[in-house]
Amino acid sequence: MAGLRARRARRQSAFRWTVLAVMGIFFLLPLAAMVEFTTRGDSGTWSLLADWPKLSETYPDLADGIVASLGQALLTALLMLVLLVPTAIWVRLRLPGLRPLVEFICLLPLTIPAIVLVVGLAPVYAWVNYFLGGSSLTLTFAYTILVLPYAYRAIDAGLSAIDVRTLAEAARGLGASWFTVMARVVLPNIRSAVLSAAFLTVALVLGEFTIASLLNRTNLQVAINLLGKSSATMSVAVSLAALILAFVLLLLLSLFGDRRKASR
Amino acid sequence: MATVLDGPELAAPVPPVRAPRGRLRLNQLRSLLGTLPFFAYVTVFLVIPTLVVAIGAFAGDGGFTLANVSALGDSYVLDAFGRSILLSAVTALIGAVLGAVLAYALATARPGGLLRRVVTAASGVLAQFGGVTLAFAFIATIGLSGFVTVFLRDNLGVDIYSGGVWLFELPGLVLVYTYFQIPLMVIVFLPALDGIRPQWREATESLGGSTWQYWTKVAGPLLAPAFLGSTLLLFANAFSAYATAAALVSQGNPIVPLQIRSALTSEVVLGQQNLGKAMALGMVVVVAVVMTLYALLQKRTARWLG
Repeated sequence: MAGLRARRARRQSAFRWTVLAVMGIFFLLPLAAMVEFTTRGDSGTWSLLADWPKLSETYPDLADGIVASLGQALLTALLMLVLLVPTAIWVRLRLPGLRPLVEFICLLPLTIPAIVLVVGLAPVYAWVNYFLGGSSLTLTFAYTILVLPYAYRAIDAGLSAIDVRTLAEAARGLGASWFTVMARVVLPNIRSAVLSAAFLTVALVLGEFTIASLLNRTNLQVAINLLGKSSATMSVAVSLAALILAFVLLLLLSLFGDRRKASR
Repeated sequence: MATVLDGPELAAPVPPVRAPRGRLRLNQLRSLLGTLPFFAYVTVFLVIPTLVVAIGAFAGDGGFTLANVSALGDSYVLDAFGRSILLSAVTALIGAVLGAVLAYALATARPGGLLRRVVTAASGVLAQFGGVTLAFAFIATIGLSGFVTVFLRDNLGVDIYSGGVWLFELPGLVLVYTYFQIPLMVIVFLPALDGIRPQWREATESLGGSTWQYWTKVAGPLLAPAFLGSTLLLFANAFSAYATAAALVSQGNPIVPLQIRSALTSEVVLGQQNLGKAMALGMVVVVAVVMTLYALLQKRTARWLG
């Protein structure tokens, strides 16, 4: 039996490395090609990318897009937390009967493609334009809807892992207001869930193109696409940088999520 | 918008849970008030847009009309739906098979290991972040002056575009979509593989079963609902994708999302706007059917592998 298991482990290991090697080539080839494409000749693409003042002077649209995307990511993460965390806690404590409905609504955007949402959002954004102007930061409202499924699942998992009711009753028994219960008792206990929801939000917003492009606003992806028409090298370089940034974000998320499990 | 943003303040002044019976209803009403910001927000930015699409699809100049929906029967719209479904089905199948193999290779690795972590994070990026950046990745790889194109032409004398430049058409979309479908399969299928217990294999062996029998009689049937469900999810993912196609396709609108774009942006033909809504409704119907089947299969998967 033991010999059989050792043989199987060896076979599995050989299989694993063969699959990883073949897939690795398929997945790394485009990334390697991006590096080669952007370092052809001595165009100085990468040094320009590191030099912000010069970059915003040479490619003002790209700089605008980057600034817009960072602002959208920050605001969306904030709005998502303000909207979702109190509601999720509140529904768990006071209105458990509403939980299926809230969950259904939060997961609904998964079944509505962004391209469909944009069709319906166009008239809503006519009003947003009327009240708040046409700033690219107003995309925050649509993005908060887009990230709902991912953020809700992260926060809901965090809340499931602690005994919210006992914590809240203890705090209420000691005279805490509901605001204190949420901000100073429950929130610190779901810190890592909130953080992973925020990370996912940032990664998703930085990668969004459909809504920004069709509502005639700018962000990183719209700028990359626009730049592709005039300077392919630069847009490939920015694409690669954006992919690497998202990868680092998600890797940090995975490392952080694991530490949470280990510490419990 | 101001009322939407101050959630905690609205929720704060509600009294504690236990109250005399007469005040129960009032209390519940106040509890509901705490969820008001959330429901108000999703009403404005999710429910209303959905209704706009659903109602707009049946709205014409003089009220209710079936003209938009019957325009879905036009050959160019039907062709677009056909191509969209074909593209989604092909890439879902390729992605599901190759992704399942990759996921299995990962499942045999150490659970908390660096290999698994790196591949999972990379899969997350390619599956969800992709879009425009992936289009440019492939332009750099097999575009007209891409790395692979140039290498093959200069060193091996092979011209991959001897039959026309296919990267910016449907075959190119299949290739690039596969590039984000495989990682998505890894993400959604890995949890099911992790649910397979080594004891089941040991039990098969102690009863005299072979590896072949284990895969066809035990692991196969257990994983089948998860595999089918994941394939459906991949289909929905490809069907809804817009960014990659928008950045890559240069001529015409071969698939539905691009048709919707042209209906949204064209000001030439009046009434196109509502045809766009009808096509959008058509997309929702397809995705909803697929996702319902997915949810059913997911329930079946959870019975054993949850």
